[in-house]
Amino acid sequence: MRLKRITSAVAVSLVAASLAGCGSNDDSSGSGSGSAEDVTLTYWASNQGTSLANDEEVLKPQLDAFTAQTGIKVDVEVVPWSDLLNRILAATASGEGPDVLNIGNTWSASLQATGALTPFDDATMAQIGGADRFLAGSLAATGAEGQPPTAVPLYSLAYGLYYNKKMFAEAGITEPPSSWEELVEDGKKLTTPDHWGMSIEGGSVSENIHNVFVFSEQQGGSFFDDGGKPTFDTPENVAGIKQYLDLVQEDKITNPSNAEYANGTEALADFASGKSAMVMWQAAAGSLDQLGMDAADIGVAPIPAPTGAEDVASIVAGINLAVFDSTDHKQQALDFVKFMTSTPTQISLNKTYGSLPAVQEAYTDPAFQTEAVETFKGILDDKAVPMPAVAEESQFETLVGTAVKNMLAQAASGTVVTEQAISEQLDAAQQQLGG
Amino acid sequence: MITANPAPEAGTEARTGSTPVRAPRRRKKRQLLPYLLLLPVVVAELLIHIVPMFIGVGMSFLGLTQFFIRNWTKAPGAGLDNYRFVLQFDEASGKALLHSFWTTIQFTVIVLALSWALAMAAAVWTQHAFRGRGLVRTIFLIPYALPVFASVITWSFMLQRDNGMVNHVLVDQLHLTDERPFWLIGDHSFWALIVVEVWRLWPFAFLALTAGMSSIPAEQYEAAAIDGAGVLRSVRFVTLPNLRSVNQVLLLVLFLWTFNEFTVPYTFFGKSAPEQADLISMHIYQNSFVTWNFGTGSAMSVLLLLFLLAVTAVYLLLTRKKDVDA
Amino acid sequence: MREPRWFVWSRRIGLSLLSLFALLPVWVMVTTSLKPLGDVQGEFRWFPSTVTLDAFVEMWRTIPLGRYFLNSLVVSLTASVASVALALLAAYAVSRYRFRGRQLFSVTVLSTQMFPGILFLLPLFVIFVNLGQQLGIDLYGSRPGLIITYLTFTLPFSVWMLVGYLDSVPRELDEAAAVDGNGPMGAFFRVVIPAAVPGIVAVLIYAFMTAWGEVLFASVLTDESTRTLAVGLQGYATQNNVYWNQIMAASLTVSAPVVVGFLLLQRYLVAGLTAGSVK
Repeated sequence: MRLKRITSAVAVSLVAASLAGCGSNDDSSGSGSGSAEDVTLTYWASNQGTSLANDEEVLKPQLDAFTAQTGIKVDVEVVPWSDLLNRILAATASGEGPDVLNIGNTWSASLQATGALTPFDDATMAQIGGADRFLAGSLAATGAEGQPPTAVPLYSLAYGLYYNKKMFAEAGITEPPSSWEELVEDGKKLTTPDHWGMSIEGGSVSENIHNVFVFSEQQGGSFFDDGGKPTFDTPENVAGIKQYLDLVQEDKITNPSNAEYANGTEALADFASGKSAMVMWQAAAGSLDQLGMDAADIGVAPIPAPTGAEDVASIVAGINLAVFDSTDHKQQALDFVKFMTSTPTQISLNKTYGSLPAVQEAYTDPAFQTEAVETFKGILDDKAVPMPAVAEESQFETLVGTAVKNMLAQAASGTVVTEQAISEQLDAAQQQLGG
Repeated sequence: MITANPAPEAGTEARTGSTPVRAPRRRKKRQLLPYLLLLPVVVAELLIHIVPMFIGVGMSFLGLTQFFIRNWTKAPGAGLDNYRFVLQFDEASGKALLHSFWTTIQFTVIVLALSWALAMAAAVWTQHAFRGRGLVRTIFLIPYALPVFASVITWSFMLQRDNGMVNHVLVDQLHLTDERPFWLIGDHSFWALIVVEVWRLWPFAFLALTAGMSSIPAEQYEAAAIDGAGVLRSVRFVTLPNLRSVNQVLLLVLFLWTFNEFTVPYTFFGKSAPEQADLISMHIYQNSFVTWNFGTGSAMSVLLLLFLLAVTAVYLLLTRKKDVDA
Repeated sequence: MREPRWFVWSRRIGLSLLSLFALLPVWVMVTTSLKPLGDVQGEFRWFPSTVTLDAFVEMWRTIPLGRYFLNSLVVSLTASVASVALALLAAYAVSRYRFRGRQLFSVTVLSTQMFPGILFLLPLFVIFVNLGQQLGIDLYGSRPGLIITYLTFTLPFSVWMLVGYLDSVPRELDEAAAVDGNGPMGAFFRVVIPAAVPGIVAVLIYAFMTAWGEVLFASVLTDESTRTLAVGLQGYATQNNVYWNQIMAASLTVSAPVVVGFLLLQRYLVAGLTAGSVK
């Protein structure tokens, strides 16, 4: 105990001495003052388009419109997904960040816990036009319950089951599957020497965790209890993961090679080129078009649940907009948030990106009255669950996602992963969370 | 490399070329100059290496999690908790660290042995002039000259299961197996990583050994030849003894590079390496930058540093003792 | 010495195999960069069925390759030149003077080579940011920050190589120059540096290549405007599609100048290492 106190004291003073002033922003006044004319906001946008350059092109007219309206300039930097979390982390640790930024919805609770993002309490929310404008489900997923959210939804997304209509018809299947058993059945019919039933991004930590999370929710499982304590190793979670691994090891409707797909694009490319008949993806229309797939062949349906299980089809996915708390221009930053979530901007951007608007009103636009959009809106409204709103969310994603990736690799190499083995992996992942 | 330029007080005088300046009358003035010359290096190293390292050590005693990265000074002291946590070898985190450590040791030993053996063979083969020697030497240096990220990306492309070159050769052309093996994931990923690392590293060893061999006096070989020594015996009794000091430095440098290797696995696997190829630097990266627990991440780094210091010290002691014996 | 027949044959076979091993990725890089994307995503072929230069055109548009290239060039050049300059001063002191702390200096500086980068990545980052906030010295996200970092990475090895090289420059040369009224620094500039050119070039190459290929620190210490190639090239894979042909074309483009430069200067590297290793 004594040793602990001494080492702690030494450590604290050492770090404090060398980092004096770190993180405490002397000049973060919070309320924007000064004339708006000479304010330039820094905006970190996530990569939604087909390339970083494409994103800049898409955003530019909107940002220009904002500058024309308010006189506030916006300096946009499109940050690749592989970098974004690291950059936010670096910004948080230093207090030196952008004014406004995009965050992945699933990071919400973790980032909220750092205190680096401005909370949208009622007064702040009123400044950007009120909370009721947003899709309730998407807004609810932007932070831990009982605390003001630290981000608002910008682009809403959900997973859907994309299927190749032409291949389905050739196999004599008329309807998309309505239960998981049916999906496996269809998948087997669609697995031929030329193509596979389903492709998955099996080497991607985030895709893996999103998929198994949905499957375990279908089974009624949960990775955290109501008190926020981790409960990884439960029969329901094991069953959910098994359902995913079985695509490769038991049902054999997924090419084992998919286990090394880690770039977040390959499973979709396989689907687009007809190497697979189904894929579970978010807002894929734009990418599929880019990949040269005929729009007439693309069907989308909710990801079905096993018979008798809970009808969960997706996580509440999406991109949120947050204001960095140490910004010197909070007022202008909020103005920008208001602009980005305004109905016209929402319509324009979500139309381009193929995502769903985060505000109700935007759905009146004809662009969002297509069958596909209605399917996704239906999923988001009734069949989507938020990822756990706990501070350890990103660790959870990493640990369990990596474990699933490793198990999938094992299954792909031909060694069957048993329920026992899944249970052990989950147990180990939970112990590592303890740090 | 530490003893490569030792300044042993005795014996230095005998060596021409490194005899210290002896100018007693102007000693005072002279003595300030070397410090001035060292100053820039010392400042740079202090700022970028030494001070951050001590801060890193300090961090390892803090409960520095995501709740505190915004304001480190408020992070609670953790005493030795971080160390205790990472060293709990009966728990998952300790086991994972131990596994990663063991993987890294195996990786390092194998890479070192293979790189050195290939380099030594190639250096002996190219020691004496023959037609095409210049070309061959140039070819060998290409892997070292290529930027790491570019060549490692290429390797990962070649090692894909379905469309990769390696499986094309093994399965489609040579028909060695029916089942297409995985190289980027699973058990084989460890070996894939070794091949890539050896490919990258052996040219450097080759360069160093070639350089070392070029300064072995030809008379020694002639003398050995007169004694009737063949190729192997002259390698054994002339080349290797002459390369002792080169090898001593080379192996240490290769060891440190390999053990701390980050760029290759990071480019090869992305942010999460397969269990079987979970090298220690990647493991620590994941434990600090991906899970945002910089306290435990730092504790692991400190342990790693202590280990490397210990190995280096023992290695230097052992090799130096041999020098004295010889 | 006459080489026995078995040795000649083992040499032929051994060197051929090693050359094959060394060149395999280069071959793949070149052929892949000439294939259309569709071919690259299909079964592997040794030779492209259709040759196209599309990838070399497209690659500049998919990511801001030109900017990354310029950043890498500025950072690596400056870092390596600065590293050589600093290392040369220190090496001269260590090689030519006996002074208190000489041993300590050598051991400390060289042992920094041992530090796992991970250990001081975050602290370094925070120091940079604080220097920016407190003193207005902008190091984070800037090229100078990265330059300073890389230069210290290569210093230990550079100092070591140069000490070795300077030791091999006969002392009589600079002593004679010093007697001629040049003073120690005059002798250093007029005699030692010219005599040490091979060693200097060797260190320059080493430092340049280290900076050119570094990933870990570049990924944290740069932003979009100062990103280097080592990190930037990952952009090809995180887009809508994995543009393998463009990745290879870009890899080839950014490698070519380095490889050519390296091969042209390699004899210096061997000379530098030779001096460094002869003790």
